[in-house]
Amino acid sequence: MIRFILSRLARAALTIFFVMTFSFIVLRLSGDPALIIMSPDAPPEAIIAFRQAWGLDDPIWLQYFHYFGAVLQGELGRSMRDGRSALVIVSERIPATLLLMVPALIVKIGIGIPAGVYAALHRNSRIDRLVMSFAVFGFTVPSFVLALVLVLVFSVWLGLLPTSGADSWRHAILPVLTLGIGGAAVLARFTRSAMLEILGQPYIRTASAKGLTWSAVVRVHALPNAAIPTITVLGFMVGSLLAGAVVVESVFAWPGVGRLLVVSVSNRDLSVVQVILLLVASTMVCANFAVDLAYGLFDPRIRQAPRGASR
Amino acid sequence: MTQAATPAIADQTKAASKTRSREKLFPLSVSVAVLWLSLMFLVAVFGPSLMPYAFTAIDLKARLAIPFTSLHWLGTDELGRDVFSRLVISIRISLLVSFLATIISATFGTLLGFLAAHYRGWPEQIVLTLADFQASIPFLIFALAVLAFFGNTLTLFILLMGIYGWERYARIARGLAISANSQGYAAAVRQLGATPVRIYLRHILPNTASTLIVSMTLVFPEIILLESGLSFLGLGVQPPMTSLGNMVGYGREYLTRAPWILLAPASTIVLTTLSVSIIGDWLRDRLDPTLQ
Repeated sequence: MIRFILSRLARAALTIFFVMTFSFIVLRLSGDPALIIMSPDAPPEAIIAFRQAWGLDDPIWLQYFHYFGAVLQGELGRSMRDGRSALVIVSERIPATLLLMVPALIVKIGIGIPAGVYAALHRNSRIDRLVMSFAVFGFTVPSFVLALVLVLVFSVWLGLLPTSGADSWRHAILPVLTLGIGGAAVLARFTRSAMLEILGQPYIRTASAKGLTWSAVVRVHALPNAAIPTITVLGFMVGSLLAGAVVVESVFAWPGVGRLLVVSVSNRDLSVVQVILLLVASTMVCANFAVDLAYGLFDPRIRQAPRGASR
Repeated sequence: MTQAATPAIADQTKAASKTRSREKLFPLSVSVAVLWLSLMFLVAVFGPSLMPYAFTAIDLKARLAIPFTSLHWLGTDELGRDVFSRLVISIRISLLVSFLATIISATFGTLLGFLAAHYRGWPEQIVLTLADFQASIPFLIFALAVLAFFGNTLTLFILLMGIYGWERYARIARGLAISANSQGYAAAVRQLGATPVRIYLRHILPNTASTLIVSMTLVFPEIILLESGLSFLGLGVQPPMTSLGNMVGYGREYLTRAPWILLAPASTIVLTTLSVSIIGDWLRDRLDPTLQ
């Protein structure tokens, strides 16, 4: 088990290393930040001063070295626009994003998993077909279209909810619904197919044949096994808590990390983009790590055979 | 496996079994999906000759004209540009981007997968680690970061979309090639002296194509959604060019006064992704040998 955890930790560290290198390389390849940030007619002395202040005159390997040291110390640079710490700017936005994403995650799990399990247990029933249509709908309707349809119905026609902004809890309802419905559809589809696969296994037939009630078969044998693939999807959803609402936050003018990312990309505020990239990647890596551990808990085969068993 | 789109055909008598088998072979939803995609394809190819106006033509006297009139079938937008003409060009651009990106991603991913399967050892480890890395970052964030760093041109944008999903092809192609290599036919052509390139392209690729094509039908709608999402945010296809996501993005401002500006492109996106998904599900049920 320890060996299993260590190998997963090593892979997590490697991924973070890749992300940092990636962001460093693109940051430097993307052209001279001094020329991007300063206006074209800035005096040459100002550009030189800017270069020195940001360490852009050092050789590239030294910059890479400094960059790693700085990142490890939490020095992630300053916003090239207003000079505030990029990390602070991003952290300020995290609560607003979580305020949307956590309720949305509850909606996703609360609707998606029961719907998927029910659909699998009643395969080809009317409810199954309803769930599957809902799932296809979740895969094919882009979130911004769903968001705009909800605004059109609930804000414009019915006048029940505000169209955008973040002044009260009522402003959060439509964004949470948009995120929740789409995610629930994805989760329902995964849960259903995972359940169906398990229900077709010989050990389910054995369990029924030895006289267990159907509900015991489902509870003891089917659900825990079907949980394994579902956990992967769930892990991805938890991992994208920070950045999963880019489009939805933009539609509803919600002041979260996603909205900040879009604005920073338009302004080419590279430090802020880079902080978000690193934060998102770290959250994702942590979530994946947790998923791997959960795998080990749910499936003894994985922790007993660490070599290549996860592939 | 998933018969999402198959219409209800359960409770039928024996007399209907003939129609039943025919419906299973080619369900109505699949026919409709194929029809819709053919229509989109024709629009994309012959689009410019169908357009009543140039898609950038501004007519300030006819701003926000309502749809279903003889002058403007789908109305006009805030600058008096014909929504139908813009829709035609948007379909063309969106399909072009998604189609090229799917091809790039499939080629690139399959190639890496085959290389990993052929060389094993450290090249395989590199490919698998890169695939893990790609899968562990939400692609939208990755794409936004690249666009922030490099700016945006149509070529760069298509290449960027072409990165999407490569890791899935790579993993599938690697797995299939490894198992194919242990099968008789690959060993036989190798014994006959065929070069590795010939074995992979002429023998293993055709034998694994069905699974890869099914993956393409799964990735294609996701690329359409990704492209339209980025364009919706104003960070994808740049004006004066237009795409389906762009039209929805600009139409959003006129949601209350002129909903037709965004309804036409939005429903086009939904119908197209839906059609590809229906066909993909159907193909997967019929073709994918790993499910049988």
